[in-house]
This record gives sequence, structure tokens and C-alpha cells, in this order.
Amino acid sequence: MIEKEFKELKSKAKHIRKLTIDTIGHLGFGHIGGSMSIVEILTMLYYKHMRIDPMDPKKKDRDILILSKGHGGPTLYCVLADKGYFSLDLLHTLNTGGTSLPSHVDMNRTPGIDMTAGSLGQGLSAAVGMALANRLDKNPGLVYAIIGDGESDEGQVWEAAMAAAHFKLDNLIAFTDRNKLQIDGFTKNIMDLGDLKAKWESFGWFTQQIDGHNFEAIDKSINRAKTETGRPAMIILETVKGKGVSFAENKESSHHMAFDYEMAKQAISCL
Amino acid sequence: MTTRMREVYSDTLIRLAEKDRNIVVLEADLMAAHATKSFMEKFPERTFNVGVAEANMVGIACGLSARGKIPFAGSFAPFVTRRAYDQFFVSANYAKLNVKLMGSDPGITAAYNGGTHMPFEDVGIMRNVPGLIIYEPADGVSLQKLLTESAYRKGNVYLRLHRGNAPGIYNQNDEIKLGKANVLKDGNDVTLIASGVVMVNEALKASEMLQKEGVSAAVIDMHTIKPLDEEIVLKYAAKTSRIVTCENHQVMNGLGSAVAEVLSEKQPILMKRIGVNDEFGEVGDIEYLKERFGLTAKRICESARSLLVTA
Ligand SMILES: Cc1ncc(C[n+]2csc(CCOP(=O)(O)OP(=O)(O)O)c2C)c(N)n1
Ligand SMILES: [Mg+2]
Repeated sequence: MIEKEFKELKSKAKHIRKLTIDTIGHLGFGHIGGSMSIVEILTMLYYKHMRIDPMDPKKKDRDILILSKGHGGPTLYCVLADKGYFSLDLLHTLNTGGTSLPSHVDMNRTPGIDMTAGSLGQGLSAAVGMALANRLDKNPGLVYAIIGDGESDEGQVWEAAMAAAHFKLDNLIAFTDRNKLQIDGFTKNIMDLGDLKAKWESFGWFTQQIDGHNFEAIDKSINRAKTETGRPAMIILETVKGKGVSFAENKESSHHMAFDYEMAKQAISCL
Repeated sequence: MTTRMREVYSDTLIRLAEKDRNIVVLEADLMAAHATKSFMEKFPERTFNVGVAEANMVGIACGLSARGKIPFAGSFAPFVTRRAYDQFFVSANYAKLNVKLMGSDPGITAAYNGGTHMPFEDVGIMRNVPGLIIYEPADGVSLQKLLTESAYRKGNVYLRLHRGNAPGIYNQNDEIKLGKANVLKDGNDVTLIASGVVMVNEALKASEMLQKEGVSAAVIDMHTIKPLDEEIVLKYAAKTSRIVTCENHQVMNGLGSAVAEVLSEKQPILMKRIGVNDEFGEVGDIEYLKERFGLTAKRICESARSLLVTA
């Protein structure tokens, strides 16, 4: 039973990965690296853990996801389209004038997007605010947030980290997409994050560090995070930037790439 | 001749740094966008990439400045202005230091990065910083000259940098000075005052279009938005009695407002402001965005004509 479930999630992730490469490839350029590293976490959240209703995207007691690294939008759009929030046809309008699918996620343009992002470092604070509001309202909805490892250079991330622990927000589960790369290169060389797990622990978070492309590990860590009481949970996802796309995988240049539709099709056929 | 503006930025800083060991460069994970990797290769010990942390970058620049360094700190314009405003306001400006701030991708040139990255307000908020110099060069030659001058002029500066390609407007021997606008084309009926790569070129195009209709339109490159060259504004107000300002920015508190302030107090004449009207940015290519926000030669011409009719 469990095995079957993971098999289905894996094949769903492959589908989302293909769809995302197609979507970016159709435009010809985009944030391929940071889109590929979050395929598994988004698949796990949207196809298993989150209580959501694509027919009612603003349902009051839904679980919420804030994609604070807003440039990962393409992957989330593919998930939302596949879930039925909007037509798959829209994917090929990505980032063109007048689109409802901009490069960075925008809650006022796209059904299913819970928070606007793109200026890095702000999403976790918004997650703290949403978690506080849910607690005030006795709303059982959980708040999930995904931040980047480069994004974690922003001081505001750590201000939010301190606040979430201070307010004992056990309805908040955050993920760090630890793909080891930012725009200018490897995080270790640009701004060394040191022992990230120790940092989050010292800020008062229940912290786990797992393989962010492994469904069993992701599932287990989210289940465990849900049972934690009295403090927020951080799951550090060890990921690979550009995962699954040979010309992008773990490349310093993978943040934003230009590639034509032929290359996209080829990358898709390799999956 | 078109130039890659980001390379002019980095090359000019390299030339300055070769002569002055106090020149240092700060970046916030956007060296790739600003071509400053070439600076880093030459002066690794004088390059500080602080990661995605604009407020920290500006704060560090202030500290470097307080110890006699001349820091050039850059990021995308929205983040280096909005996000580090208080750091720049207090630690650099109120403290009267010498920080050279650079914000790239002005207005619609943020293009595919969309609304979060599209600064229509950076000049507006920076104009409220007492004594700050704000400039936006329209081509590579003026960038190189103004950037060089800004390095040697003590005080805080905000450079609004078009980092993409720009067609050439000036020659190497043209005189281009901070605070002194350049008349690109003389005219008698109306004056187009523009700043930045996008709008100076649109204004030049508009002037040609108007010429065909028998309207003589002067074009002024107001590369320095603060302090504004009041003298030239008043001179052309007297000469043409109609002014259209053209900016890749909100019409509020940018170039148009600055010109309006001078005119309304000293020499009230009819004017129109071309720019963004109280809206946020959005994604798209440059041509789409020009139309979307009315930043076109066509609209400049319409405004010019409407002034000619009413006058
Ligand atoms: C405040 C802010 N500064 C700079 C940028 C430009 N920028 C976009 S993505 C990025 C690097 C982000 O690295 P990371 O968080 O690791 O993203 P990922 O590797 O997941 O793509 C930068 C500097 C931005 N969007 N927001
Ligand atoms: Mg990263």
C-alpha cells in the first residue's frame, strides 16, 4: 500500500518535472535550477499532505503554502494546473505580457497562490503572520513555507525564525531548499551558511535535515513535524539545483538559463 | 554604437581602482548581473559579495566608508533602495559618509522579473534623502564619465543603472557633468526633458516624429535628477514655453515632479509628464511594457501636440 503510494508520487513528480521543463522551455528562458529542486517537496505537499480544494482555492480552513523563493513559480504553476486550479493551456503563457503566471508568484493573479513573493526574505515573516492569524481564529489550517538557502542570507529570515519560536507556532512547517547554490555560485563560496541545522535548532525550531528528493524521507519528516507541539518545524531539504536536467544539474549557471524548446524536449525525453 | 552598460560599470570601476586603492566593490549575489566578476578577478581582496543581504551590504559599505574606503555597492534597484533605505538614509547620508549606491534594472527594464523587481519608485524615495546625488545615464559614454566623477566627488550617490545594452548617444569628448543637463537637440516649440536609456531614446524618436509634422522639439538629457539643473529648465521654459518630461518611473516624485517643482515656483508654464501613473509593474518584454505603461515616443508626441493646441 505505502509502496504503491510512493510509486505514484514518484511518477507524479516525474510528470511535474517534465511539465515544468516544457513550460520554461516553451518561453525559452527562466529559473530552471530553483524550479527543479522543489519538484519533490511540492509534489508531496500538494498530492498528499495539504488539505486543499482546487475548486475552492480560498477555502478558509485550507492548508497554505508560501513559496518565499518566488522564482520557483513555474513548478508550482505546473502542480496547480495539474490539480485543476486552472487550465493547463495557461502554462504556455508563462511570463509573457498580460499573463496570469508571472515569473515570481503573485496571489492576485494566479488561483491557488497563497502569498505574493519575489523579493527574497519576506515569505517566512508572512508565514508567521498567517500562523498567528490561524491560531487566533482557531483555524486548523497549517502554514507551510519554502525558503531558499541563498535567500537565508537575508536578515529578515532570522527575525522571522526568532519570532516563530517565540510565539510557539506549531502550526508552521517551513522548508529550506538546500540546493547549495545561489546566483553567483555555491553558497559555501558566496556566503557560507555554516551549520544550518544547528542554526535553526538554536533559534528554537524542531529541525530535521533530509534528502529532499526522497519521498519516504520527506513524508516521514512532515509527519513527524506535524506531531511536534509548542514550536515551529524546519525541514532542511538536501537538494540538487537543476535536478534531472543534465545541462542545469548542480551547475553554477543554473539559476536562470536560456534554452530552446528542442533542448527542453530532449531534457524531457531523458527523464 | 551600442554598449553593454554593465561592462562599462565594471570596467570603469577597474580603471578607478587601478589608480585609487580605496575603491572597493560590494555586491549582493548579483555580480553575474553587473559584470563585476571582472572587477573581482583583478581585485579579489577589494570585492565583497555579501550574499542576498542588501541591508547588510549597505551597512557594511557605510563602515568601509567611515574608514576611508570608497565603496560602490550594487543590487537590483528595488532591493538596494526599498530594502536598504533606512541603512542608506541613516548610516550613509545622515552620517554624511561617502557611499556610492548602484541600483540596476530601472523601471520596465526589469521586464521578465515582473512587479516585485520593477522599480517605478526608487528615484522618488531617494529624492527625499537630503543632499543625495541621483543620476541615470543614457548611454555608455555618459555612464563612464558620470561614474568616474561620482567616485571623486565626496558624498553619497545613487546611480540608477540600465545594465543591458544601450545605443550610443555621446562622443568621448563631449562634456558630461553631474548636475548639468545635456541638450541633445535644440528646438523652439516644445522641450522634451528625459532621463535614462529607455526614455532619452524615446524622446529622441519623438522629436524626429514631431519634426516631420513641422514641430521643433528640443531634447534634453537630464541625467542628473538631483540636484536638478534648474538653469536649463528655466532657459527652455522661456524658450519653448512647453515642456514634456519623460521618465521610466512613476510620474510622482521623479523627474517630472522635480521639473514641475521648479516651474511652478519660478516660471509657471504648461507641462506634461510622461511616466507611470500610480501603478505597479508586471512581467513582459520591453516592447509590451512600453505600450502597457505608455512609455513610448507616440505618447510623448501626443502630449507635445496637446500642449501646442492649448497654448
Ligand atoms: C531581496 C532580493 N534580492 C535579490 C534578489 C535577486 N535574486 C533572485 S534569486 C536569487 C538567489 C537566490 O538563491 P536561493 O535562495 O538559493 O534560490 P534557489 O537556489 O533555490 O534558486 C537572487 C539574489 C531577489 N529576488 N530579492
Ligand atoms: Mg539555492
